[in-house]
Amino acid sequence: MTAWIVFWNILLKDVRTYYLKPPNLSWGLIFPLAWTGMFFIRSGAGRDSVLELLPGVMALSVLFGTTSLLAVTVTFEKKGRSFERLLLAPIPLELLMLAKTSGAILFGIANAFVPVVLAAFLTDLSGVAWALLVPAVVLIAVSSAFLGLFIAVSVKEVFEAQAFSNFFRFPMLFLCGLFFPIAQLPMWLRPVSYALPLTYGADVLHASVHQRGQMPLWLNFTVLMAFCAALFAVSLRNIRRKWIA
Amino acid sequence: MPEPMIEVRGLRKRFGEVQAVAGVDFDVREGEVFGFLGPNGAGKTTTINMLTGLARPDAGAMRIAGIDCSANPKAAQHLMGVVPDESNLYPELTGRENLCFCGALYGMSKADRRTRAEELLARFGLAGAAERRFGGYSKGMKRKLTIAAGIIHRPPILFLDEPTTGIDVAGARQIRQLIADLHAGGTTIFLTTHYIEEAERLCRRIAFIVEGRIVRIDTVANLMQQTEGLEVVQFFFANHVAGLCDAMAAVFPHLQCHAAGREGIRVESAEPVRVGPLVRFLEDRGAEVTEARRIRPSLEDVFVQVTGIEAAAMRQENDKAGIGGGA
Repeated sequence: MTAWIVFWNILLKDVRTYYLKPPNLSWGLIFPLAWTGMFFIRSGAGRDSVLELLPGVMALSVLFGTTSLLAVTVTFEKKGRSFERLLLAPIPLELLMLAKTSGAILFGIANAFVPVVLAAFLTDLSGVAWALLVPAVVLIAVSSAFLGLFIAVSVKEVFEAQAFSNFFRFPMLFLCGLFFPIAQLPMWLRPVSYALPLTYGADVLHASVHQRGQMPLWLNFTVLMAFCAALFAVSLRNIRRKWIA
Repeated sequence: MPEPMIEVRGLRKRFGEVQAVAGVDFDVREGEVFGFLGPNGAGKTTTINMLTGLARPDAGAMRIAGIDCSANPKAAQHLMGVVPDESNLYPELTGRENLCFCGALYGMSKADRRTRAEELLARFGLAGAAERRFGGYSKGMKRKLTIAAGIIHRPPILFLDEPTTGIDVAGARQIRQLIADLHAGGTTIFLTTHYIEEAERLCRRIAFIVEGRIVRIDTVANLMQQTEGLEVVQFFFANHVAGLCDAMAAVFPHLQCHAAGREGIRVESAEPVRVGPLVRFLEDRGAEVTEARRIRPSLEDVFVQVTGIEAAAMRQENDKAGIGGGA
């Protein structure tokens, strides 16, 4: 019961304090709209391109929203020492950090569905395999949130969190098969693609939206879950090493 | 004799080249106010951080109410409230929200934390500011709310790190009264401070810590015995004359003389001090003596004797670090 009270209140505080703030809400709406508009105009194929673009725009919306906010908010709280309050709470560190990342995960999932709502007005979504798409979005949000946590633990200043986030995000933008198939990348770049979690998430999204996945679904989900577990474990280890040193 | 609530043995912590805590041993008994006194960088905050689970010791054992803090820090955290040396609540939350959130971190029910928050806001005179954001509070208000947050869950052990630094006299008095009330209610209090008068007034036992080592640990009464027979006289001048202390020490070798500010000196001796000859001596050297006052020896004198650190210098050092006010 105690653990649940702590978990719920950390989540509630973060959602109210950070994720429901007007600048972040507008970021959550404008960012996916801007990506959609950009690729829509660039493709020149009109409404036919909407389904083609949807997986990439969804994945980027989750990735950018989740990693940015989590890395910045945790770094901000660490710098202001309010994060010490959480470390002093008598609940396991694992649960504490899950509570801290849950707000970002929910924010990322909500971001992912902004382009879906937009697409529903422009094209027919009856062919979308929702049972695949929803778990894929959740796993992309979880892995991105844990990537944000990993970034937050690696930096000291808020501006460093932003810069370090981009170090991971921009390669993903081009190398994860979101808008350009991995098969079209130079051979030497492909191993990098397969080392990025979003590659597997994007593949499931492609499979669920227009049935064009490149890898087996079981492999995509297994690798995504493995990335989530590894990023969380490494972040916890770093917190223990650096912040409870 | 009551069981120790806090037991520390051979505690050590190094940060790179700096040995922050170098083998510290002490016990804090149940219901006691225990003072941890030392200059900046002596190892006070590092010791608190290790006890509260915010830092890991390199060596040594720590037990809180019998719980091994190294093996099971989370179980020990249930029993403690912590007030850090800097106010660290959430600037974007209101006073009431901050208290309720801190209560929730200890698993308090919604109704309980709301009731307790109201009680504490009223007790600290912050009820009128309950709906204001913490970020907009004055330094003193922030300090009071941070202390309220540390006791919202009614912990049996309270760690107070420099609780009255940076706040006005009235606020400091209020906090000292609160510490006395908590003590009367049976709370065990671990207090670090650089205000020696504060420690003397509040604590039953005191440890002096210098460069990571405890140089003396005893009851205030026993520490004060050390000053028995010590005579202290302070002279105040209307002008500044350089070299008075050195001149006095040369002529009166049984006296210990220290500068007390720019226009004053402090004379200590284990033998009776006759003020008249000293005044004449000072006036002969151009000093316009405005006052000569016998002073009751204090814990500050014991601190100076034991540690060799001038208490005034310690206060100045702390004030330079931005933590004025207090006692």
